[in-house]
Amino acid sequence: MSLLEVKGLTKKFGKVTALNQVDLSLEAGKIVGLLGPNGSGKTTWIKLVNGLIEPDQGSILIDGHSPGPESKALVSYLPDREFLPPYMTSEQLLRFYQDFFPDFDREAALSMIKSLSLDLKQKLKAMSKGTREKLQLILTMSRRARVYLLDEPIAGVDPAARDYILRTIIGNYSEGALIVISTHLIADVENSLDDVVFLKSGKIELHENVDDLRARTGKDVDHLFREVFAC
Amino acid sequence: MAWEFKSGIPIYLQIVETLKTEIASGKLRAGDPIRTVRDLAVEAGVNPNTMQRALAQMEQEGILYTVRASGRFVTKDEERIRKMRIQLAEEEVRSLYRRLTGIGLSREEIIRSVQNWKEEEG
Repeated sequence: MSLLEVKGLTKKFGKVTALNQVDLSLEAGKIVGLLGPNGSGKTTWIKLVNGLIEPDQGSILIDGHSPGPESKALVSYLPDREFLPPYMTSEQLLRFYQDFFPDFDREAALSMIKSLSLDLKQKLKAMSKGTREKLQLILTMSRRARVYLLDEPIAGVDPAARDYILRTIIGNYSEGALIVISTHLIADVENSLDDVVFLKSGKIELHENVDDLRARTGKDVDHLFREVFAC
Repeated sequence: MAWEFKSGIPIYLQIVETLKTEIASGKLRAGDPIRTVRDLAVEAGVNPNTMQRALAQMEQEGILYTVRASGRFVTKDEERIRKMRIQLAEEEVRSLYRRLTGIGLSREEIIRSVQNWKEEEG
């Protein structure tokens, strides 16, 4: 039984077709990598599922709900850019999340923030870029959500911070949830994934279990990606 | 640091090999508890389902066992561990044999070079 299902999903921006008749069915309990080069439609897909933009054609169901208030209560979303008010402190952000999301686990967030030795009174704008990204991720992962949609969670941070972020994801998602991680940094994420979805020019090129794929091709996902998307 | 994995080989198989080596070397002993799937997954930097698959396979092979509500343990069957150690050794010998025949050594030459090899030379 799939937790997130899109059928015939098409989205055009003017003359550009960002997604073209995409069918994708994702199960609970999996970490799925949504992989593709820049402009392949990853962020468009995530925005559609979050109800931030409307499809031209096709349907989206999250645990049986179309994108809307019911689906948003189930989905914890990390956008691909900074999205929190820069004047707020960690302490204020904790309260902000608690007010907005009934499934927010304040204690979990607090203990992760403490393990980073972050000053709770420091404003977002005074933090380094890496720290801001970690904090955004901590807040996103501290919701006891059914679905986590993480758009480029590791782009733009150093390798040590990438490790921290992936560990935080693996160590903190709620049991039986679905996690979708979009990225083009395949080598960094592939060991953390159950399944990979290759998105190429708005179409699904491949959807397979990572270990099955390694056994079938004798290659890792990173090598295969370079072949499929060779310029 | 996350564990190192080779490319092109299923990760769960490489986890099985790493854990078997820990048991064979005595780093994990007969009857020792195994940490939770989530803890091990975070340490190895792998997906929890992949870790689960590796542990389930070792359970099927009789190297680990589960006690309800208290977790997984290394088998107390020393004979099973001895067999596993021999099996690991055979795999190493197989790959060494392939490499050496690959560079043109005969079976006799391989045996002789193993017999003549002294640790201090390594």
